[in-house]
Amino acid sequence: MALRELFRPGVRLDEDFWEELEATLIMADVGPYLADELAASAREAIAKTNLDSAADAHGLIEELLVGQLVSGSSQLLTAQPLTTILMVGVNGSGKTTMSAKLAYWLQEQGHTCMLAAADTFRAAAIDQLGIWAERIDVPMIAQQPGSDPGAVVFDALDSALARNVSHLIVDTAGRLHTKSNLMDELRKVQRIVANRVGAPAIETLLVIDAIAGQNVLKQAKIFCESVNVTGIVLTKLDSTARGGSVFSIARELELPIKLVGTGEQLNDMDMFDSVRFVRALLSETVPT
Amino acid sequence: MFETLSDRLQGVFQKLRGRGKLSESDVDAALREVRFALLEADVNFKVVRGFLKSLRERAVGAEVLESLTPGQQVVKIVHEELISLLGEPVPLALTGSPPHVIVLVGLQGSGKTTAAGKLALALRKQGQRCLLAAADIYRPAAIDQLQTIGKQIDVPVHAMGTTQSPRTIAEKAVERARDERLGVVIVDTAGRLQIDAEMMAEVREIAEAISPQEVLLVADAMTGQEAVNVAQAFHEQVSVTGLILTKTDGDARGGAALSVRSVTGIPIRFLGSGEKIEPLDPFYPDRLASRILGMGDVLSLIERAEETIDAEQAAAIEKKLRTASFTLEDFVEQLQHIKKMGSLGQIMEMVPGASQFMRNPAMAAAMDERQFARVEAIIYSMTPDERRNPTIIDGSRRRRIAAGSGTSPAEVNQLLGNFRKMQTMMKSLASGKIPSNLTRLFG
Repeated sequence: MALRELFRPGVRLDEDFWEELEATLIMADVGPYLADELAASAREAIAKTNLDSAADAHGLIEELLVGQLVSGSSQLLTAQPLTTILMVGVNGSGKTTMSAKLAYWLQEQGHTCMLAAADTFRAAAIDQLGIWAERIDVPMIAQQPGSDPGAVVFDALDSALARNVSHLIVDTAGRLHTKSNLMDELRKVQRIVANRVGAPAIETLLVIDAIAGQNVLKQAKIFCESVNVTGIVLTKLDSTARGGSVFSIARELELPIKLVGTGEQLNDMDMFDSVRFVRALLSETVPT
Repeated sequence: MFETLSDRLQGVFQKLRGRGKLSESDVDAALREVRFALLEADVNFKVVRGFLKSLRERAVGAEVLESLTPGQQVVKIVHEELISLLGEPVPLALTGSPPHVIVLVGLQGSGKTTAAGKLALALRKQGQRCLLAAADIYRPAAIDQLQTIGKQIDVPVHAMGTTQSPRTIAEKAVERARDERLGVVIVDTAGRLQIDAEMMAEVREIAEAISPQEVLLVADAMTGQEAVNVAQAFHEQVSVTGLILTKTDGDARGGAALSVRSVTGIPIRFLGSGEKIEPLDPFYPDRLASRILGMGDVLSLIERAEETIDAEQAAAIEKKLRTASFTLEDFVEQLQHIKKMGSLGQIMEMVPGASQFMRNPAMAAAMDERQFARVEAIIYSMTPDERRNPTIIDGSRRRRIAAGSGTSPAEVNQLLGNFRKMQTMMKSLASGKIPSNLTRLFG
């Protein structure tokens, strides 16, 4: 089916347009309830103006959606002497790749990094991070597969503090939020870091796959309950998925989206830019 | 996984219960809720639209059966439409002369490598000997991962490092399987975006080189609206013959599977659940549809239980359940089995009407996996007598149990209370008395 612009010239702000806006949001994984609500509030806002073409309303609608996403700073935490970044999330969301990209990015900015291979469960996860560590020339602390992730992190903290690096990035195992024992394990890892460097020195980033749908909010809720998540990383934005699921997270959990992943190469990472994100989300639609 | 969708649909049908005839406005009100529920379940927007259209056509008008209540009628129609949308299960086409070749394709992180191991185990149960081929030369350590899994489940892995082309690796694997008289080759390919022309050309090349009997698309149960586009693109490039829905042990509703099936016609073949390398679960459309409707899935439950618990044990438990002589001792023993079978919530989901019980806060607490360790500790701190006959537990015993398990007497009390409720529930479930509104809907 041919794609077309939602805000193409000549489109009036009629019933069809609002339906199409709602459909666009739903197809971007914003979710039916929120899409319904957002389309309605956009309609209300526009009604107060004398705009009558979609092209003219573009800016206002974009602004409204961008406003939904702004909650807290997108800046990454910086703590002295050490910032610990915990990468958490469900299986396959892209934590290991993102850990490497983040380390690379921080190094490029003049920081010194260390990686901790705390995914001791998934087959060859340690090797995977190890290959990245070698490529970007960042030291990695690891133990044997199957060892206690808490112990790995404990060692890594020792090492990071001794070597005086500025950032320790901890790649944790993927876990479904429904596995309470694994969520407990994560809590323990966070506690170990907090005991050592203090909770305020921890940036806990929940890694979310842009392709994921409405389950994401449940994931985020439970991850937030278990560990103090401080921000969202949206990965695989180079796909055709729009990642609209983060709207509900931003709203209900008031979490900032901090980083986006856009590919498998080391450079494929950006700070989150809400305007750009919304623009991409609204850029194309399919006739409904 | 479909629990929330089934809850929602049940909510809709409860609203419809007890009215006279199914009017047009009744149907429209219900369909509005069904629409939200399906979209919340990640069923594709357009699929939902089509689904509602056929639902409405069937629900309004002459087809309404005289003998049914409006609620029953809508349930029946939704159920039937969901089943037809999900399609029939299609067995893998492992015919002709071996080795049979299966290629797994999909996006990054969908779970292909894990699914490869699980598929090998599922086929081994059917008497096939498999060879896994490590054709993901891009993701760091993907080959190591497959080799580790191969070792865990004792299935050979054909790996040639990262310098050979995936096509060559696949071809050599097929040759090796022929030489070693292995029945099936499962090729684990790299994750790729469906819009990556170069990578899509590569997977097509693999498929052309080894002419697989099956090309299975591996998709995450939590996939959103894009599932359809992804599946369509893969289908165009490599003629996908089946879908494996992974990570169904989560609580994602898996509407993506419905969408993919309905848009591309690709049959759903297997469901993957859990990170442990255990066989993939077969797909049953009626069970899935029933589960969506909250009617439960006793068949799946029994089947899984049979594989984990031996038949004799199962019979003993069943008898105990039926006679409600199920003790705390049995309970703690069952916790061990249940851990093997999947989450308790997952099991309960398969029991008809159980989702009603799960909404009861006391039940939910007893069923909460997070409480497992505590529950075990409390029960292990009891004497055998106390486990068999909890009524003898008085204040002093309670304090001792609390001290022994590192809990409080109140928590011990709570467990005992929950256990009593559960006994009652088990009894009513086992006796086939499906509680509350479901009886009325179907009775």
